[in-house]
This record gives sequence, structure tokens and C-alpha cells, in this order.
Amino acid sequence: MSSQNLFELSQVAKRFTKGKETISIFHDLNMQIKEGDFLAIMGPSGSGKTTLLNLLGGVDQPTEGQITFDGQRIDNLSEGQLAKWRANNIGFIFQFYNLMPMLNAARNVELPLLLTNMSRSERKQQVKVALELVGLSDRASHMPSEMSGGQQQRVAIARAVVSDPKFLLCDEPTGDLDRQTADEILQTLQLLNEKFGKTIVMVTHDPSAAKFAKHTVHLNKGEFVKAEELLV
Amino acid sequence: MKDLYLVYKNLTRKKMRLFLTTFAIFIAFLIFGAIMTLRGALNSGVEMSADNRLVVVHKTNFTNPLPYSYVNKTQAIEGVKQVTHANWFGGYYQEPANQVVTFAVDPESYLEVYPELVVEPTQRNAWLNNQASVLVGERIALANGWKVGDSIPLSSNIFSHKDGGQTWDFVIAGIFSGAEEKTDTSYVLFHYKYFNETQSWGGDNIGWLIITTLDPSMNESVAKAIDSNFANSNAETDTSTEQAFNKAFIEQIGNIGLIIFGVVFMAFFTILIVVGNTMVLAIRERTAEIAVLKTLGFESMRIFKMVLIESCLLAFLGGLLGLGAAYLLIQVASEYLARFLPNLVLDQSILLQALGYMLLLGLVTGIAPAISALRLNIITAFNRG
Repeated sequence: MSSQNLFELSQVAKRFTKGKETISIFHDLNMQIKEGDFLAIMGPSGSGKTTLLNLLGGVDQPTEGQITFDGQRIDNLSEGQLAKWRANNIGFIFQFYNLMPMLNAARNVELPLLLTNMSRSERKQQVKVALELVGLSDRASHMPSEMSGGQQQRVAIARAVVSDPKFLLCDEPTGDLDRQTADEILQTLQLLNEKFGKTIVMVTHDPSAAKFAKHTVHLNKGEFVKAEELLV
Repeated sequence: MKDLYLVYKNLTRKKMRLFLTTFAIFIAFLIFGAIMTLRGALNSGVEMSADNRLVVVHKTNFTNPLPYSYVNKTQAIEGVKQVTHANWFGGYYQEPANQVVTFAVDPESYLEVYPELVVEPTQRNAWLNNQASVLVGERIALANGWKVGDSIPLSSNIFSHKDGGQTWDFVIAGIFSGAEEKTDTSYVLFHYKYFNETQSWGGDNIGWLIITTLDPSMNESVAKAIDSNFANSNAETDTSTEQAFNKAFIEQIGNIGLIIFGVVFMAFFTILIVVGNTMVLAIRERTAEIAVLKTLGFESMRIFKMVLIESCLLAFLGGLLGLGAAYLLIQVASEYLARFLPNLVLDQSILLQALGYMLLLGLVTGIAPAISALRLNIITAFNRG
């Protein structure tokens, strides 16, 4: 496995203004994520986990500092450039799946491929492969409302990997699932990491989920801390 | 093109809402198509008027007759090219309910003044040479199943025949068509001389004069000259262009333009609010989904276009259905109203206007939600959800 840094955050600060008040989420945050890593980010509510995820996913930009992905700075990209960058490099998995309710599983998985130049037949082929990967080839024509939470999350995983991105961002991917289903989802993520080389960052509250990751970091008040410090 | 499926699925995701919104637009364009066609039919006489044709009627009321001597007197006025005349017969065929617009005219000069009436030369000659014959417009012929050579009795609800009764027997000498689709061919012409000789009262009078001028620029001076010529006589005249005359005739019903504008404006204003509100709600419901699309890499402008396409599709769906229904309604109505509104036709100009309004409706109702989708911030949207 490569040990190159896929992500590098350097002296990143993030502040929000709420009325007259300025809220600082991060101050001078530094972080590296190696290619092929499976990193779990844990921390209490308000610790900055989601903000960090947004920065890594290019849906938000830092107030200060640099974010580099695969050698390319992304903190200074325009909104349009970031959208293209996300389409090319990132797969997103959300806590509540966020599938389009009016599209069947196959059409949901196909969404990221609409941003490519693939023909309809190529897209169909790719969708088939992705659904097979998550074990849902027989559910391709099912609507989200006809599927269980676990199945919907697997469709969401298929959607995240269908365009073969290097990097997967998971925001509480098992937060809405029972233990057994959650473990199945986490095993799928493990498979994607180990067999397909996907770099994964997963935000979770759940220590059992974090165990599936290769590394776990803890955030508290915008800073990385040791796990024991969170208990204090 | 790849996004069309997504647009289609969004449009059809709530069937009842789609049905109700489409129905509202359907009604608006049904009204638009029908009313505009009605206006076109009422105005066709105005639109089809020749530039250099003037109509001379009695100053007091156009139903009052004018002396026949006015024909020659008018011909002598400078700038007048041709003069013809017509009398209203007030005809019906077989039953009073089956009205047939019939004029007693001077055949030769009438056809010269109205070159848009197209008659085959043999039929033209047959009509000119037989005083007891009629020249029938093709639309009224079709409506009554008449053909050349048929004998038809035409009765008048105004005049009586010298031999008693109110019915004149005619032979159809010819059938005239129109040079253009909108040319009125829903009436019957017969010889004034025959009418004058066979009627029991009111001889040597004409209903009105129709003249052509040497040039449209002379219309005003010729009209003034005619009216001055007959001023202070027993039958003073009022001369106007054919267009003005036809317009004034129609406006006896009321200000058609204003009525139509009012109806169409109210229909569209209501629909604008209904559809606009529906689109805003529909997009607001999809805030999280739009945020997901943006997260996946769909650019804001692409989503903006998708929303606009959706609102335009909705407008065209309801609009085309409404226009189609208007077309069918007009087809049925035109059969019943052929005698009164011969040009009840949903023509190309109405179709193009309707398509323009559909596009406008789609853009106006879609622009606000499209802008909010364009501006939607991913993080704010997820926090809201």
C-alpha cells in the first residue's frame, strides 16, 4: 500500500460569524491522510467533526490555511471547480442515505455518472458492477421506499463508488442502522478499503464502528486529542 | 439531455399535484385558444379588408337605404375607381333557423370590387347571364350540401315577393371560393336587378355602396368628397374605410379587445400564482435533494437549468393539452357557428402566441425556485434538513 499523503491540511482555521459573534471551529489545524488509509474521526457533538468532513469533501472552504489533495490545492478553487473536483475524486456516504426518492436503486447509483461523458450503455454496465459489489444486483429496480435502511445505505455506497473515486467520505454511515446491519455496512467499507484501495474517512460517534477503521483520531473543540482526554 | 430523465421524474413524482397544476394550465390555454380564435373570427372582416375599399352607408343608420342614383353620382367623384352596391336580403333556407347571409348585388361590379372572391369563368358567366341564379360561397354550400345546378328556395324575413309569399327560387350558377383561407365564403349573392323587380316594396334603393379608390392615400379625401356631395340631402352619407366600418360593426357588441384582454389576463394571472406557488413549494421540498446533487458534483447552473426545464415542461404539458382541447372545441363549434362566424379557425398566429406564452409561463414560474436552487448552500441545506 502506498504511504503517500492523499490529503494534507496545513494551519487550517475555520471561523463562522453569527451576528456580531465570531465562532472559531478550528485554529491552526494540521492533518495528513495517507492514501489507502481508513480513518475514523470521533468526538463529541460540536467538536468540529462535520466541519472537518465538509472541508475534506470540498463543500466548505477554510478561513485560513491550505488543503491539498493529491498534490493539488483545493482551498482556493471556485465553487464550479470544486463541484468538478468532488465529482472526479470524492464519494459521499451520508447518515440518512440521501437517495432520490423518485429514482430506483439503479438510477440513484447512476447519478454521479451523469457528470461523466459515458454513454448510457457504459453507465448501465458500471451501475451493474457497483450494485453487485454491494450485493444488491437483484434490487436494481426497487425504489428507496421499498428497501430497508441497510439496503438503502448499500445503494448509497454503490453510488459513492460507481465513478471509482479515490476517496470516500462517510458521515455517520451506520448512525441510523441496527448493530447487525451496521456491521455489514462497515464490512463493505472495509472491503472497499482493503480490496479496492479506497481511502476512507468516516465520522462516527460509535466506538464499535471505529474499530473497523485502521486508525482513529479524536476531535475535541477543534483540536485532535488523545482518546483518554475525551473522558476527562 | 442526460438530466431530462431526472427532470421528468421530479415532475411526475407527485401525481395529484402534477394533475392539478397541469389542469390549471390546461384551462388557461383552453380559454386562451378559444377566446383568441373567437376574436380572430370576429376580426377577420377587419383583417381581410382591402386598403382602398370604402363603405358608404346612410348617415343616420346603416340599415337605412340609400337611393340607387347614388351609384352613378359616386362614380363621378374624383379618386373613385369602382363603385358597387349591396342590399341585405335577410335570407333563410327552408326554416327561419337556418339563416343564410344573402346579398342582392350588382354582379359584375361586385366581383370586380371583391377580387378575393374566386369563381371559375364558366360559372361566373352562368351567373352573370341568369338573373334568377345565385353565386354561393363554398363554406355555406358545404354546410347545406349544395352544388352547382341545384335549385334552392331562399326566403326573406324582411322582403315579400311581388307574386306573394317571401320565397325566391334560385338556381345555383356557381360556387365561389376565397383567395385566402380567411376570406369569408359563407354567404350568397344574387342579382340586385332581379331583386328590385321582384320585391313588393322599397324599389330603387340600395343598402350601401362599396367603392374602391385609385390609391389608399386618397381614401380620406374621397370619403370627405362623397359625404360633402350628399350633405343636406334626404339621405346623407357616412363614408369610412372598409376596415373602420367592419371594426365599428363588431364593436356594437362591446369592446371585444378589452373583454378578451380581461378574460385572458385573469386566466393567466391566476395560473401564474397557482403554478408559481406550486413550483416554489416543489423546490423547497427538495432542498436536501438539491444539496445532495450539488455534493455529488452537479454544478449550480446545471441545477438551475433543470428547475427551469421542469417548469417549462409543466407549462408546455398543460398548455399543449389545453390548446389541443381548444382546437377540438373550435372544430365542433365551427360546424354550428359557420354561418355567423365563418372564420372560426385556430390559426398559426394563435398557436405561435400560445407557445410563446407557455415558454413565458414556464420561465416566470420557474425563475424564483431556480434561483433559490442556484444559490442553495450545501451546508445550510443539510443543517435545515
